[in-house]
Amino acid sequence: MVRYIVRRLLVAIPTLLVISFVIFAILDLAPNDPTGNLPLTIPPEVREQIRQSLGLGQPFPIRYLKWIQQFLVNEPLNILEYVFNTEIGNSAERLRVRSWATRGPVIDLILERLPQTLWVLGLAYILGAAIAIPVGVISAYKQYSLFDQVGTFVSLVGYSVPTFFTGLLFIIIFSVHLNWFPSFYDTTHKVTDLASLWVQIKQMIMPVTVLTFFNAAQLSRFTRSAMLDNLNQDYVRTARSKGLVERVVVLVHVLRNSLIPVVTLLALGIPGIFGGAIITEQIFRVNGIGQLLIIAIQGADIPLVQSITFIFAVLIVMFNIVADVLYGVLDPRIRYD
Amino acid sequence: MAAAPATLNIAQTEYKHRSLWMDVWLQFRKHKGALIGMTILALFVLGVLVGPLVYTVNPQFLDPVSQNQGPSAVHPLGTDNLGRDMLAQMLAGGRISLAVGVTAMLISISLGAIIGILAGYFPRLDNPLMRLTDMFLALPILPLLLVIILLFRDTLRALFGPETGIFLLIVFVIGITSWMQTARVVRGEVLTVKNQEFVTAAISIGTRKSKIISRHIFPNVLSPVMVAAALGVAAAIITESALSFLGLGFPSDFPTWGRLLFDGKDYIQLTPTRVIWPGVAISLTVLSVNFIGDGLRDALDPRLRGR
Repeated sequence: MVRYIVRRLLVAIPTLLVISFVIFAILDLAPNDPTGNLPLTIPPEVREQIRQSLGLGQPFPIRYLKWIQQFLVNEPLNILEYVFNTEIGNSAERLRVRSWATRGPVIDLILERLPQTLWVLGLAYILGAAIAIPVGVISAYKQYSLFDQVGTFVSLVGYSVPTFFTGLLFIIIFSVHLNWFPSFYDTTHKVTDLASLWVQIKQMIMPVTVLTFFNAAQLSRFTRSAMLDNLNQDYVRTARSKGLVERVVVLVHVLRNSLIPVVTLLALGIPGIFGGAIITEQIFRVNGIGQLLIIAIQGADIPLVQSITFIFAVLIVMFNIVADVLYGVLDPRIRYD
Repeated sequence: MAAAPATLNIAQTEYKHRSLWMDVWLQFRKHKGALIGMTILALFVLGVLVGPLVYTVNPQFLDPVSQNQGPSAVHPLGTDNLGRDMLAQMLAGGRISLAVGVTAMLISISLGAIIGILAGYFPRLDNPLMRLTDMFLALPILPLLLVIILLFRDTLRALFGPETGIFLLIVFVIGITSWMQTARVVRGEVLTVKNQEFVTAAISIGTRKSKIISRHIFPNVLSPVMVAAALGVAAAIITESALSFLGLGFPSDFPTWGRLLFDGKDYIQLTPTRVIWPGVAISLTVLSVNFIGDGLRDALDPRLRGR
């Protein structure tokens, strides 16, 4: 297993390098000028100096290699320093990936936005799984029953209706008409006592509900079909014929086997949390990573866009490996060596 | 024991000759959701094709007198903040939304089918093409789409004009970022089909490779391609509306359903219907297409057919 993990990690390196190159190239080769938004009164030579100071003087391959070095060597070192509170090498001299808009290090901007995204979207992901798995199990066990019919229909609806519509619908109903919840998310709100905790919960309810519904819809369909695959297997009949209680048969034997693909899918879906953040955070004005990306894209803040996009790519590749390893750990029939 | 009465039955009943697609249709008809979905989708397609011919209000006509109106006899779906008629905009927007969905799907499944067949049929191409597929799967699609559209929007508009330019760009970027699942499934099917006897027979009588692929391999991998096509339309419509919703899709003077939703969200307190019409249209279309996809999958699965 260790050999398998090492091999996968080694294969991941060239994949990520290619992806980083694609991301860098798309953004770099695009017809776009970072000084385009500056006033026209700036003389050309100053404009050229600004371009130089943004690191645009050098040819493309050198800039790419520098970006890679900053991103893959310098920034991880900074994070290590921060975590262990020590100094590794000459850290003041180290080049960092800086945002063109704020001139601050990109990583700091991202770390600033991370908690909001994780709280809202992570909670919705966990709740979604907590709802989807029982629904999927009951749907499959009572196939073609009323519960199953309704559940399958609702999950197909939840899967088809885009979150930007459910989100706006929720705002119309619960913020505009009923005035129960605020329509936007206030990040500056601090939780100090019970009353402020309630305010925090209130502003989280809508975004979390919308996303939970969407996540649960996808996952319950998948859980149902995984359960159905297992319910007709021979080992289930064996378990029943040796006199096990039905509850044990379903909840121990069938469920445990059915959860193998579900858990893998859950791991695969984690990078998707951040992708989904782009839309949800826009609806409810949560200032998380998704919103940061949109601001960066609209402001043509190339280093920030490159970094966020590349971090998403790293997450996708890593969780792909996690999912495959989990599959091997959970399912003893899978042998990687 | 159980087989005996069954054979008797077959001998007794007269069976008319039925083609494969007739079988598929008979099975598809049993899926109620798919039938309802097909009806709704047909109504939508008919509506956006014929609607503008019947309801001849100009969707871009600005009427400052009647701004932000609710539904009325003159404006059945109300008007927007510039006094434009919502029904006319919905009909015009639907044309583009559906056109984007279908065109992007065609690009995506053509790419997926070609890459899948090449990877499955030619062992030498298998590894490089599948690595390429894996790489595309690891790309963060939504951020990249946003970036590509933002960066190349103006160039393409200058080249092809404002409407065609953005249409081509969006259809193209959605198409080339959504072919991977189709390619994987098609490759798997090709790998099983190409080792079957009829392919060996075709090779032994000297059929050219191009003919083997077009006459023997392709028809046998059509089922997964069709399911992928149905689901692809839904995914493309969703992606396009998401892009428009983020303000990076179609412009306001050439709106799709997603763009109408985006433009309507700032007037949510005044005229909430401006969000509801396009939202319902997108949701119903996607839901219908997904139901059709479900029905097709059941109908094309030979293990389920005839039960």
